[in-house]
Amino acid sequence: MTLEFLLFWFLAAMAVTTAVLMILQRNPVMSAISLIGNFFALAALYLLLRAQFLAVLQIIVYTGAIMVLVVFVIMLLNLGDERGLAERPSLRSSVGTALAAGLLLELVAILFLRTGPGLPPAMHPSSGSQGTVEAVGTAMFGKFLFPFEITSLLLLVAIVGAVILAKKRL
Amino acid sequence: MTVPLSWYLVLSAILFVTGVAGVLTRRNAIVVFMCIELMLNAVNLTLVAFSSFLGDGTGQVFVIFVMAVAAAEAAVGLAIVIALFRNKQTVDLDSINILKW
Repeated sequence: MTLEFLLFWFLAAMAVTTAVLMILQRNPVMSAISLIGNFFALAALYLLLRAQFLAVLQIIVYTGAIMVLVVFVIMLLNLGDERGLAERPSLRSSVGTALAAGLLLELVAILFLRTGPGLPPAMHPSSGSQGTVEAVGTAMFGKFLFPFEITSLLLLVAIVGAVILAKKRL
Repeated sequence: MTVPLSWYLVLSAILFVTGVAGVLTRRNAIVVFMCIELMLNAVNLTLVAFSSFLGDGTGQVFVIFVMAVAAAEAAVGLAIVIALFRNKQTVDLDSINILKW
C-alpha cells in the first residue's frame, strides 16, 4: 500500500517535471529528451495500473519509434542552436498560459464538482488479468477486428503521405 | 487501499494542460509537435486508469489505436516539417503564414 503511494508520487512528480521542462527548454534536443523521460514515467504508471502490455508498448512505440524519428528530424534540420527562434515573452504566450491554467481549473472542477455515480473506489479485481498480451490480443482480434484492419489502412496512408511530402520531387 | 482513480485523472489533466500550454506558447514546430504527443499520452493515461478501475479491457485496446494514430501523425507531421523547412529554411511557426490570409 505505502509502496504504491510512494511509487505513484515519485512517477507523477517525474512525469510533471519532465513535461514542464519540455515546454521550457530552449533547445529542441533537450525538449525531446525530457519528453522521453515523460514517456518512461508514463510506462511505469501503466505498470502500476496493471497494464503490462501497454507499458512495454509505450516504451517500444513511443520511445523507440516516435521519439527516435523526432530526434532524427531535429538532427537532420540542424536546429541545435537556433538563436533566431529565441522565444520572447509576448502577449500571446501570457494569454496562452492563462488559457491553459483556466483549462486545468475547469478539468479539476469537473472532476470534483460532478454529480451522478461516484468513481470506483479501488481497482477492479479482474484488472490484473486484462492487461496481458493474451487479453488485449483477444479483444483486438475479436471484438475490434474491423477497427484494427482500418488502422492498418491508416498506417499505409501515412507511409505514402510521408514519402510524398518529404521527397524533394516526385 | 490503492491509489484512488481521481489522482490519476488529476495527473492526466495536469499533463494535458502542460501540452496545451506548450502548443499555445511555443513557436518551434517540432516542439509544438511533441506537445501534441504529450496530450495524446495524457489521454492514454486516463483510458488506462478507467480501464483498470472499471475492469473493462476496452480502454487498453483504445490506447493501442491511439498509439497507432500517433505513429501515423508523427510520420506525416515530421514530413510536413521537413517539407516546410526545405521551402522556408525555418521551423518558426510565426513565419510560416502562406495559408494564413
